[in-house]
Amino acid sequence: MAKISSTAGNVGSFGRYVILVLFSISALIPGYIMLTGALKTQEEFLSSPWSLPPHPTMTAFSTAISAGLPGWFVNTLVITAGSVAGVMVLAALAGWGFAYWRFRGRETLLGLIVSLMVVPPVVLLIPLFQFGAQLGWISTFRILIIIYVGLMLPFSIYLLANFFSAIPNSLLEAAQIDGASTVTIFRRIVLPLSGPPIATLVVVNILWAWNELLLALVFLQDPEKHTLMVGVASFRGRYSLDVPTVMAGMTLVTVPLVIAYLFGQRYFIQGLTAGGVKGE
Amino acid sequence: MTEVTTRTGRGNSPSAGRGRSQRGMWHAALWIGPAMVVMLFVFAYALVQLFTQSFKYQGEWTGWDNFRIVLTDPLFHTALAHNCELLLCVPVLIALALMLAIVLAETIKGHTWFRGVLFFPYILPVTVVGVVLGQLLTLNGAFNTALRDVGLNVLAQDWLGDPAIALWTMGGVIVWKEVGFGVVLFLARILSLPAETYEAASLDGAGFWRKHWSITLPQMTGVIAFYAVTEAIVMVSWVFNYVYIMTNGQGGPGDSTVVTELYIYRMAFADHSIELAAAAAVVLFALTLVLVVAFFRLQRKSLLAVVGE
Repeated sequence: MAKISSTAGNVGSFGRYVILVLFSISALIPGYIMLTGALKTQEEFLSSPWSLPPHPTMTAFSTAISAGLPGWFVNTLVITAGSVAGVMVLAALAGWGFAYWRFRGRETLLGLIVSLMVVPPVVLLIPLFQFGAQLGWISTFRILIIIYVGLMLPFSIYLLANFFSAIPNSLLEAAQIDGASTVTIFRRIVLPLSGPPIATLVVVNILWAWNELLLALVFLQDPEKHTLMVGVASFRGRYSLDVPTVMAGMTLVTVPLVIAYLFGQRYFIQGLTAGGVKGE
Repeated sequence: MTEVTTRTGRGNSPSAGRGRSQRGMWHAALWIGPAMVVMLFVFAYALVQLFTQSFKYQGEWTGWDNFRIVLTDPLFHTALAHNCELLLCVPVLIALALMLAIVLAETIKGHTWFRGVLFFPYILPVTVVGVVLGQLLTLNGAFNTALRDVGLNVLAQDWLGDPAIALWTMGGVIVWKEVGFGVVLFLARILSLPAETYEAASLDGAGFWRKHWSITLPQMTGVIAFYAVTEAIVMVSWVFNYVYIMTNGQGGPGDSTVVTELYIYRMAFADHSIELAAAAAVVLFALTLVLVVAFFRLQRKSLLAVVGE
């Protein structure tokens, strides 16, 4: 990294570490309370929320699991996989369409698509819900997957179109001289070069779809169809006298994300710094 | 093969056109079409339906009645005011993220580790953040316990139960979760600044504050503006999850944490006044349009600044 300060400056090295350590602790505290809380009993949690679990117990985890977590997990997996796969295919095609072809209104259309990122989902919720109700698609995964794909598309197209545009012309021209069709160029040259942005998008989109609450809450009314977020959202009310179970549920929901983050941290940070944000 | 000949007109920069041929448009339509269909449904269809509905009642056209009702509803005013108050979190976020990014940039050892930790809250689901922090901040929760243990009893509050401070507690939780994004964004920009400038400034005897005030800040306006707009969007149209989770969908205590999104949601799905909810949604959409324009103008300039081009 670029070394910015050759002298220690007014804020000395010690002061810097104090600031960083304090903020890091505050970033990790809720995780600590959640994890240790899940291993305690209700009495232990209430009497000393900060201590390590004196007698670690897995009861809370089994209560949380029997509350329906495995089913919600499978539902979330299906919806996340379906919508992320869908958005990746459509966004790659569209991104290439924008990067490769010149046409009237191209910049405006791309700009318009980018600005769709800002539209609050709650605004779209009512008409889409009525549409789903007319088709009898409430509590089906397909309506939710279609909407998720639509909401993830603007950012995904934007990121891929930018990346594809930066692929050097010489590469594409060489293939054209060999008589490769647009489809072949896309499949054989563009896609193999696009590993990093595609990985970034997959990670960002997985986290988004996994964490989405509002639409899942409204569209999936059948308890059998609930996602993890909808399921655990009710935990606090349901287990208000059993905090460890609430914490165990939260821990189980978070673990896959932490794993995804540890492996995909680089891609995730790249994606956000390179392109903007999608909110929650 | 026709593609080949027309294709060569494309320059290196994305905007160098190959000419505005009709053919390009049709080819592009084949690639872009599938994605367009989905976006037209999710955005265009939904918005048209929403606007139509906001002028109707039980299928009859009623002109501006729905808007009149919503705009004179005190609860709607409260909700809008709460979103505006939450906007005050944006400068706090910027200041905190700037400080942390600068401190990180000056720290060589453990830099990646600290960045990873500070960014961690940002990847957590709002559901988890809301439930766990909500539990921490109850009257006898861990946070107050810690305050009492160190003798700061006076500071212990009913953070989410006291109507006077519940909204600010919520703002604090949002800041806690969102600040990591700013840190990562700002740090990427700082690290892309040429080190020579700083070395030259140090040789000239510039101290910590002088260096960052005169060198770092002026070059960060683009990325700061981008972050400000992004977070403003969060405060106006993405706070539903926090409020829903931390107040069990009520916006309580009383109406102290009702925000516009929750107002619309409850109007539609609890009170079943779909048309009024639609009118409120149109108002929210009109307000976000202001942000859309800001975002639209910024995205080109500042995103390039972010990646350091």
